[in-house]
Amino acid sequence: MKLTKPQVEHIAKLARLELNEAEIAMYAEQLSAVLDYVDMLEEVDTSGVGETCQVTGLEDVVRGDEVVSCDDETRKKLLGEFPKNQAGLLKVKGVFK
Amino acid sequence: MNLNELTIKQAREGLDNGDFSSVDLTKACLKRITERNKDINAFITVTDKLALAEAKEADKKIKKGEISPLTGIPFSVKDAINAEDIRATGGGKILDNYIPSFESTVISNLRDAGAVLLGKTNCDAFGHGASNENSMYGPVKNPHDLERVAGGSSGGSAASVADHMCLFSIGEDTGGSVRQPASLCGVTGLRPSYGRNSRYGSMPMASSLDTVGPFAKTVEDVALLMEIMAGQDDRDATTVSDEVPIYSEEIKKSVKGMKVGVPKEYFELEGMEDETKEIVMKQIENLKSLGIELVDVSLPYTKYAIPVYYVVVPSEDSSNMGRLDGIRYGVQAEGKDLYDLYAKSRAQGFPEEVKRRIMIGTYALSAGYYDAYYKKAQRVRTLIIQDFEKVFESVDLLVTPTSPYPAFKIGEKKDDVLAMYLADVCTTPASIAGIPGLSIPVGNTKSGLPVGMQIMGPRLGESKVLQLGHNILISR
Repeated sequence: MKLTKPQVEHIAKLARLELNEAEIAMYAEQLSAVLDYVDMLEEVDTSGVGETCQVTGLEDVVRGDEVVSCDDETRKKLLGEFPKNQAGLLKVKGVFK
Repeated sequence: MNLNELTIKQAREGLDNGDFSSVDLTKACLKRITERNKDINAFITVTDKLALAEAKEADKKIKKGEISPLTGIPFSVKDAINAEDIRATGGGKILDNYIPSFESTVISNLRDAGAVLLGKTNCDAFGHGASNENSMYGPVKNPHDLERVAGGSSGGSAASVADHMCLFSIGEDTGGSVRQPASLCGVTGLRPSYGRNSRYGSMPMASSLDTVGPFAKTVEDVALLMEIMAGQDDRDATTVSDEVPIYSEEIKKSVKGMKVGVPKEYFELEGMEDETKEIVMKQIENLKSLGIELVDVSLPYTKYAIPVYYVVVPSEDSSNMGRLDGIRYGVQAEGKDLYDLYAKSRAQGFPEEVKRRIMIGTYALSAGYYDAYYKKAQRVRTLIIQDFEKVFESVDLLVTPTSPYPAFKIGEKKDDVLAMYLADVCTTPASIAGIPGLSIPVGNTKSGLPVGMQIMGPRLGESKVLQLGHNILISR
């Protein structure tokens, strides 16, 4: 299956990746090659075979829904990681126009 | 012999006998790093001051007789695994300035046991790759030939052990990222069973396959490290409560009478080189002298492991990479609006391969394709697991080459995406099944490049895997 340039642009938009023209052309080729390769799975008869999502067999691993406080030093470290920080809050660009 | 060339076991004896101090040992490693890192590029960050301070503390403890298994032993950690307050880029520029405020569980376990942290090792960005050429901090060079790759993604960890810059290292293995670089660099590396070691604090790639595993110079050292690393962790809900065996005792058991399977499919895989096959087969034949019974076995779905891997991994990966968006931490690009800021931060902060996998995953999970790709791959995954379950009814372990070829030239496969994906052809099946795999060095090619053999066992069967590896190494 050959992905078209508009398809690659759409995928990149969904994935939040800015691509230039040359990259779109390159990824169209490469992604198509990978998808062709994984199409090999089509030849396997999987009728009646269940899906594996995890391999541990663990079920319902739960913990109490408790508020855990954070010391001032940790809080400062976390705030320090914010690329933009105003009055101790994370600053982001507007979500609504 | 230089102190940095010692194994953990040898160093423990020397430290406890007072033959040398942890400061001596740590200085020997740091000297080696200073001499060699400019050529090998194994470390992204060297924590020399911290290491010397920790070594001094360790020496005080040793004098007082307060000795834990790793007191004063210097090690390195893949940069995609967090150590508190030490920069963790994960090999990607989007986290170029990231300083984690918390420590991963395995690193915390090792440091609590006294290990001295030398620094953070280079890797393919966020675990994406098999050659380390996808690191945004330059490729790691193979210590055996500087024109060749160290393997990946934990290539810096493997090279740092092979080049004696440290006594052991910690990496991550999703599809082969511990075993393959261990093989290419000529050291020992273990991918534990999925769920055996906590991944808390380790940057996630494919959550249903990711594991954290050790690199060392001997199987004995790997066994000791696993005792300290393994166990249930409240912070990783996939860890299992099964008791952690005393691996360092288990490995001493005789392997006489053990049944070891030789799966023919692995020797016929795409790209398998004759010289690699011959070196591994020679080692396999030698197992008979240890009283081992060799059994020819078949794992018919082996060839589907790579296609399953390159659907399941990019799918989970594209979700996990979503957190790297330049908003809460890491490097934020300038953008005219929120979308533009995300798209630019990610475009500038990720290498090609990360973008490729995010897009494959985004496509495979999108409406209309989910069943055809993701569900189908998860079904074939079940068949691969059943292959292993069946074969482990009749044999204890399986042995195969770890990599179809020794270390390749830097740049040789970089532009051929599929060729690079096939570098993990021998290691992905165990990853998909969640079973343990150990790579041990078993010989060198005529041109002097190391070749590794992989030993696989059933889920949580680390004891036997390590037992065979240890018995092979001491029989030489």
